[in-house]
Amino acid sequence: MNEKQLLSVDGLSVTFSRRGRDPVEAVSEVSFTIAEGEHVGIVGESGSGKSVTAMALMGLLPERGTTVEGSATYREQDLLSMSRRQLNQIRGSEIAMVFQDPMSSLNPVVTIGTQISEVIRRHHRVSSKEAANRSAEMLDRVGIPDPRRRLREYPHQLSGGIRQRVLIAIALACEPRLLIADEPTTALDVTIQAQILNELKELVADTGTSLIMITHDLGVIAGLCDRVHVMYSGRIVESARRYQLFTTPRHPYTGGLLQSVPRLDSPQDEPLRPIEGSPTDTIPWTDGCAFQPRCPHAIDQCLEATPHLEPYEDRMLRCFNPLKGDEDDKRDR
Amino acid sequence: MTEGTINGPRARAQRSHGDSLWRGAFRRLSRSPMAIAGALIVVVFLIVATFAPVLAPYEPASTEWTQLSTPYWVQGHGPGHPLGIDRWGSDMLTQLIFGARQSLIIGVVATAIGLLAGAALGTLAGAFGGWVDMIVMRIVDIMLSIPSLLLAISIAAILGKSSAALMIAIGVGQVPIFARLLRGSMLGQKNADYVLAADALGLRRRTIVMGHVLPNSLGPTIVQATLNLATAIIEVAALSYLGLGEGDPAVAEWGRMIVSAQDRFEIAPWLAFYPGICIAITALGFTLLGESLREALDPKQRR
Repeated sequence: MNEKQLLSVDGLSVTFSRRGRDPVEAVSEVSFTIAEGEHVGIVGESGSGKSVTAMALMGLLPERGTTVEGSATYREQDLLSMSRRQLNQIRGSEIAMVFQDPMSSLNPVVTIGTQISEVIRRHHRVSSKEAANRSAEMLDRVGIPDPRRRLREYPHQLSGGIRQRVLIAIALACEPRLLIADEPTTALDVTIQAQILNELKELVADTGTSLIMITHDLGVIAGLCDRVHVMYSGRIVESARRYQLFTTPRHPYTGGLLQSVPRLDSPQDEPLRPIEGSPTDTIPWTDGCAFQPRCPHAIDQCLEATPHLEPYEDRMLRCFNPLKGDEDDKRDR
Repeated sequence: MTEGTINGPRARAQRSHGDSLWRGAFRRLSRSPMAIAGALIVVVFLIVATFAPVLAPYEPASTEWTQLSTPYWVQGHGPGHPLGIDRWGSDMLTQLIFGARQSLIIGVVATAIGLLAGAALGTLAGAFGGWVDMIVMRIVDIMLSIPSLLLAISIAAILGKSSAALMIAIGVGQVPIFARLLRGSMLGQKNADYVLAADALGLRRRTIVMGHVLPNSLGPTIVQATLNLATAIIEVAALSYLGLGEGDPAVAEWGRMIVSAQDRFEIAPWLAFYPGICIAITALGFTLLGESLREALDPKQRR
């Protein structure tokens, strides 16, 4: 690949420890890279460690009781070992994040205009008038009508969709190189979801911004990402290019995720098959494969040894007994 | 295409410019009879206190010895003196009006002292947390352990009997209330999503605390200030009653009016009754207003 590497995460592990309790390894051995302009998806159920991964990269985890290991090299600097001061030079201006809940991620007592210009003025030396102009421009770009008026309004006066657009505008205000979107559409109506995703896609494509899309919804990934990492219980279980992942899932968990989503091209009477059990039915990775209790494909080996993320065909896979590529999976070619 | 155009002009009219939380609270306040009653009392009190020299029929310190040719308890209410005169021949109504002014000044300054010092300490503790928080809150605990009456007596002993001593004594007594309240609400806001979002945008810690956490934490503190104004006015009266207030006898003060009336209570009870009712009504007014403000700003009631 001749693309320039923007961020390379290597062996990221996050452990939460609390007095009187066993430490919990929320994320472990997560490694991936993202090239400039590339869009990467991280998929998994709640509790799979995808949000913690993002928070660790942004330095947003509480310092107390959290151990972060590994490295995240962003343009030759390690994000994980930076001081708050250094990190603040990068956060907001070069790497920005869009959060899940647009209802609570905006300050309720400050106008939209102030919240956007604040970020612009933090990272660029511009007059307040210039910042206001740029804020209006940003609102316009994310598709908010009458941006000048919106600038003077408070978050509670806006609908959820508009608020999420505002959050996207704030995140993109300083033209970051990398945008991390943590389930940006989960809190929205389905109709708005599609709109926002399309707009987000256009915006990042226009500006050449790299994107890490964190979601539990494979449908979100489908139209957006070049490469997908599937996480389960804190580890990446399958990494593949989008096309490979959707057509020939190899990890039983990925397969299960795909089967639990309705598709336009599947026969109408075919029932959706959810993955049995819940994410809490896991065993520690040290004792075998964490997905084993829920896995229809489990073999004896899954309880005896820990699977490693290894090259398998055209992807990386952590599984002893991968799914075989059958006609059913290739149907939608 | 977007919600703005779908909802059309009606929605636009409802969401007028600058419609802040405070304006929403004001709308709810104007619908509550309790708030209107409280506001009415407070407004009357404020007008009387502000325009005392214009409203009062006599000079505050004027005593008409000639009036005392007939004793005040015999004279009672009459033309020229609708509420009668006190034992020194001063007009009762004039005294009450100037007493309102005295209560307001001392009450407001005392509450301001408490609010500013308390808010500073609370912000310090809430913003930094950790050992700063611990030290500040222990200091506040120590302040809380000193009885306010004892404090007032000590301060009066140091500064002499004056309004300033009253203000400081009452103000210092309020510091712990504000400090604890603000610290508590700041700690509550600190983990809010928008603070995390601000952090992710690389904003300075100072900006986050002063621009985001503090404004969101002020609501309860402002409500408390209104309520404390009521307590302060009662305390002014109480401390003056005990003889710790203004030393100058020419300055009218509700608490002291009660003192001077009490030994003739059987003959002329109204002399104690009028200042007493003034204190009660004023305190009630601020309490009603404060309580309805608390309700109006309560996020659970917000829609």
